[in-house]
Amino acid sequence: MVTSLAAELAPVGNGRALGVLPLLWLVPALPLAAATVNLFLGRRLGRFAGWLAVGAMTGSFAIAVLMVRQLASFGGDERLYVQHLFDWIQVGSFNVDASVRLDALSATMILVVTGIGLLIHIYSMGYMHGDPRYGRFFAYMNLFVFFMLMLVLGANFLILYLGWEGVGLCSYLLIGFWFEKTDNANAAKKAFVTTRIGDTAMLIGIAMIVMKFGTLNFEVVFGTANATLSKGAATTIALLLFAGAVGKSAQVPLHVWLPDAMAGPTPVSALIHAATMVTAGVYLVLRTHVLFEVSGAALVVVTVIGLITMLYAATCALGQDDLKRVLAYSTVSQLGYMFIAAGLRAYALALFMLVAHAFYKGLMFLAAGSVMHGMHEETDMKQMGGLLRRMPLTGATFLIGAISLAAVPPFTGFFAKDAILEVANHTGHQWVYVLGTVGAVISAAYMGRLVFLTLFGRPRTQAAEHAHESPPVMTVPLILLAVGAFALGFVVEQSPEGAFSRWVESALGAVPRGPLGLPTTVLIAIATVVAVGTLIATWVIYASGRVDWMALRVRLAPLQRLFEHGWYIDDYYATVLVAPGKAASGILAYRFDAGFIDGTVNAVGGSTRRLAAVGRKIQTGYVRTYALALFAGAVGILVYVGLRL
Amino acid sequence: MRTPIAYFLLLSGILFALGTMGVLIRKNALLIFMSVELQLNAVNLALVAFSRLHGNLNGQVLAFFSMVVAAAEVVVGLAIIVSVYRRSQSVNVDDARSLRW
Repeated sequence: MVTSLAAELAPVGNGRALGVLPLLWLVPALPLAAATVNLFLGRRLGRFAGWLAVGAMTGSFAIAVLMVRQLASFGGDERLYVQHLFDWIQVGSFNVDASVRLDALSATMILVVTGIGLLIHIYSMGYMHGDPRYGRFFAYMNLFVFFMLMLVLGANFLILYLGWEGVGLCSYLLIGFWFEKTDNANAAKKAFVTTRIGDTAMLIGIAMIVMKFGTLNFEVVFGTANATLSKGAATTIALLLFAGAVGKSAQVPLHVWLPDAMAGPTPVSALIHAATMVTAGVYLVLRTHVLFEVSGAALVVVTVIGLITMLYAATCALGQDDLKRVLAYSTVSQLGYMFIAAGLRAYALALFMLVAHAFYKGLMFLAAGSVMHGMHEETDMKQMGGLLRRMPLTGATFLIGAISLAAVPPFTGFFAKDAILEVANHTGHQWVYVLGTVGAVISAAYMGRLVFLTLFGRPRTQAAEHAHESPPVMTVPLILLAVGAFALGFVVEQSPEGAFSRWVESALGAVPRGPLGLPTTVLIAIATVVAVGTLIATWVIYASGRVDWMALRVRLAPLQRLFEHGWYIDDYYATVLVAPGKAASGILAYRFDAGFIDGTVNAVGGSTRRLAAVGRKIQTGYVRTYALALFAGAVGILVYVGLRL
Repeated sequence: MRTPIAYFLLLSGILFALGTMGVLIRKNALLIFMSVELQLNAVNLALVAFSRLHGNLNGQVLAFFSMVVAAAEVVVGLAIIVSVYRRSQSVNVDDARSLRW
């Protein structure tokens, strides 16, 4: 029954020219091939390892662009192509194919992953220059890109899950890339364990899908979800999947790993912990939005978690002194916005925010890496200042990224954030709109603080005084990303009815619109005033010289410490979860295992010995005794058999 | 005229009895070993004889198998004897009683 259904729902592949689409498998295959070569031969290849990785990414990106052009040439409802690679698992009536699926959603994602990934790979050639494990770095990066592409291209839940765990593995390997430092190794472990909590819930969700639908194929599951699932079942499945998204996308309460993940090399932070992997959770919600809609309640949970995370992480970002940790908390906060949009059913806007964020946050991480490069690995903002003049290209692109994130029109970030707030306002979710605007104020504030502390004012240390600009291999990707962070918004004309929303409508449905709330122009005016006003306020505090911000900071010390330590959630987890866990493990290891389990085994062994002490007395040790017994036994058997016959 | 099967079986039985006696009464490990080989060859002879009687190759094939197994067994057995000799400077099986307790 399921198979006939699958045939019914099979994509319309016949009757239209597929063009270059059958080459789709090459998009993930190229990075995989390069990763394999670099993994085994990376050390011998030397500088060539970087070129190989960049070459694979270039090829992958070029093919992805061709794919998307071909897909865009089809009519809206025909924008779907599923390529069957091979049969993977066949057990009775349960089949899982290894297939890849290209629609407007996955097409957008592969453009982001390969495009931004390519720029970050080029940048890495400069940033990782001289590292003793240069080849291995590129092997891991390429492997990550492969898994990420499988995640977004997979045509069923199992392929998605494969990619999902794969990117988690690469994240672990790359956070701990400089594993000689214990902190880095611990950060990698923390990231892996924390995300696994969500992953386990997600796996249970996928198992429930198998039970309810008998298949993992997206086409069948989403096509029949309305008829198959009760509201309660849909809510359970959706929330289990969302738990996976919460872990991967570092939402409250599983966000604690992302700030620590900054221990990895900066290109890793840009690619994995800003542009792509952490957005996998958003992708998952968008991909499975049908299930969330059947449930209804799950969408509210998504919105609420997004809101809490957005506000919480924004305040944390305000209290950090470490350049990369500001960006990390900012990423958590921006991901919150994406979930808010998804929760409001504005899936297209969530996806656009994802793309925009990949540009400006990827840019800001790379620029931060460039700053660290010029400042001898310094990340404390208090040690910087006046870098715009000494590192003009890095500084200018950094500034563009920050303004875009602070949502000043006409930068890309404005189009992304404003559209989400507009939908909240117009569909009657006024509380979301108000809190979202508060979040926008805090976002602009921490971005202003970041920019004015690092780029403006006077250099506060010798290192800042003598900072130098990075080589072109690092600045050119910065410039290209800055162009995107600036212009992408008005090029694709983002708004609820804009070109981007129309492009993804076939995959994600239309953006909801409502008659309520304020007129659009008023909303734009409010957003502009909020962003620009906050930036000016931070300029007065941090760069005008009129306010002694150090004194201000000392006066607000308790608040500052609260924000800096992320509201002490890490410490809370350490006492409430980690300490009892360790104590329980101790009891299990030293009492239960050594006492009970080993004790049982020893008792069995001991009684066997005692029994044998009696039995071994009958052994003579003479070979001929045994041989005779053998012989007598054989004769006995023969006689017995003979008598029976 | 074909030799009757009884002669072959008689020879085979004599060889097997000699081998068995050797295993039972000898103390030198190498001689015990040779006696075991004698037993095996007695069985091989019987197998080939029956093969000839029935006019098919099954018995001969089985004889080949048993030769291969015998060869493998010789390898292991000789290795054990050599290492026993290295420990106790003797191939007398009665001296190897220390494995008992």
